[in-house]
Amino acid sequence: MEKQKYYQPELETMPREEMAKLQNERFMKQLHRVYEKVPYYRAKMAEKGVTPDDIKSIEDIRKLPFLSKADLREAYPCGMLAVPLSECVRIQSTSGTTGKRVVAFYTQHDVDLWESCCARAITAAGGTKEDVLQVCYGYGLFTGGMGVHGGSHKVGCLTLPMSSGNTERQIQFMMDLRSTILCCTPSYAAYLGEALKEAGYKPEDNHLKAGIFGAEPWTEEMRRDIQRSLGIKAYDIYGLTETSGPGVAFECCEQHGMHINEDHFYPEIIDPDTGEVLPEGEQGELVFTALDKEAFPLIRYRTRDICVLSRDKCSCGRTLIKMSKPRGRTDDMLIIRGVNVFPSQIETVLMEQGYSSNYLITIDRVNNTDTFDIDVEMLPDQFSDTVRAITAKEKALTDALRTTLGITAKVHLVPPKSIQRSEGKAKRLIDKRKLI
Amino acid sequence: MYIRQISIFLANKSGTLAEVTDFLYQHNVNLRSLSIADTADFGILRVIVDRPEETLALLKEAHYTCTITDMLAVRIDDVPGSMAGVVRVLADNDISIEYAYAFTTAQAGTAIILLRVENNAAAECVLKDTPFKTVGPEVLNV
Repeated sequence: MEKQKYYQPELETMPREEMAKLQNERFMKQLHRVYEKVPYYRAKMAEKGVTPDDIKSIEDIRKLPFLSKADLREAYPCGMLAVPLSECVRIQSTSGTTGKRVVAFYTQHDVDLWESCCARAITAAGGTKEDVLQVCYGYGLFTGGMGVHGGSHKVGCLTLPMSSGNTERQIQFMMDLRSTILCCTPSYAAYLGEALKEAGYKPEDNHLKAGIFGAEPWTEEMRRDIQRSLGIKAYDIYGLTETSGPGVAFECCEQHGMHINEDHFYPEIIDPDTGEVLPEGEQGELVFTALDKEAFPLIRYRTRDICVLSRDKCSCGRTLIKMSKPRGRTDDMLIIRGVNVFPSQIETVLMEQGYSSNYLITIDRVNNTDTFDIDVEMLPDQFSDTVRAITAKEKALTDALRTTLGITAKVHLVPPKSIQRSEGKAKRLIDKRKLI
Repeated sequence: MYIRQISIFLANKSGTLAEVTDFLYQHNVNLRSLSIADTADFGILRVIVDRPEETLALLKEAHYTCTITDMLAVRIDDVPGSMAGVVRVLADNDISIEYAYAFTTAQAGTAIILLRVENNAAAECVLKDTPFKTVGPEVLNV
């Protein structure tokens, strides 16, 4: 039997006209349902002076209001729900703290839909029921582990629910159970490559053939390093909790752009300043409308990711539109070692701990792992003549930042007024990673 | 009795020490003793100067991060074992030393050790019944 190339061939290779028709049908149904069930979005439409009668087809989507993270915060926790809670079977949540947290709800239909998207990604990476798939994304509220895990079940792979960390155990299971597909963040994949080498393994010693890596930006150079050190083909996967999780878009064998599962997630590219929809091929902010999700159906959700869409014919045979790797953000969110970090969170901690808000974040990537340093200006009366007192202050601040950010930063206390100002404002960020 | 020490925070960049020492020179400040603590990230320059209060005010005015500390100063004979004797007395009384350094004065055959301890009064108290005598800023003017 020929090896299956697609998980849902009828959808993944659907002719463009049919797909447009399917999207239109799903969209019209979804819009009416959201209008009826989600007072929050109904109010947003009223504010813009739009009713469902103004929307004749999906072409009119540009008349509808956007949703942003601020809306989700305002509607937290249940304000965006379009079904009774009793119909929901799961929540997932973003890593964010200090008010940035988003809780997404799923009905069983939504979980199936999400897992099918992940199954498409796994199949595109060559996964079949013969494979052993090792998941070292975190499990729990984070969508990474749960999503890929469910997709792996759908494909029928033997699934190793490792979760993140404990590298020694990861390597032991990888070798003993002969894992063939690895799923984790690209920086952890690179780290595993190093760890395997240190343990004396050569790239050909493992049984891996492919890796599906996401949740943080990575470069072609990093892809080459990972492919070489693990002896695999490395595929990118894209997603966000607000839309479902990983699997919104995925790479195929071409390894050039990610196919968006546009039967479920309708993409638009807008000018982030004006909100105008941009013609295909132009770079702008990616916006998604969930076409057939039940519990948490976001309409025109602004992802803040900057990218380009393309309908160029793909050699894999899929007709699904492709998105480029995100080329940046429209907000100040940083992704450091796979964790979303907002500078405002750092500011809050500094204020709470009695420091001035003059700080400088320096991010770099050394041996494929992000380094994260924060210089913080001391106030004159925070200085002490003993090294111990100053290092204790640094440690206290490091601990407080870790509690809030969920990631460890190297804190350096520096003299007052020593961080360079431009027009009176301290420069806040130096990102030396060349990710684009 | 204590001797006042000025500590100045040094960012870990080349030239910062030179900047401070130039500043002290420009203001005609005479250094009697000094020590530098260094870590991977920063340094602390600690100096004993002839006019501590005035020097501190000058440094603060120039936006240096600095502080003034009373140091326990003990006169010892300039022979082997003197330092050991002082440190032993403090250790036996559970007084830990954060840091220490020393200098000599014009008075031949003796030296002054400067000790940073948590509680100066307690340290002075335990040294009272020993041959080690604490001294004050008058030794700087000999």
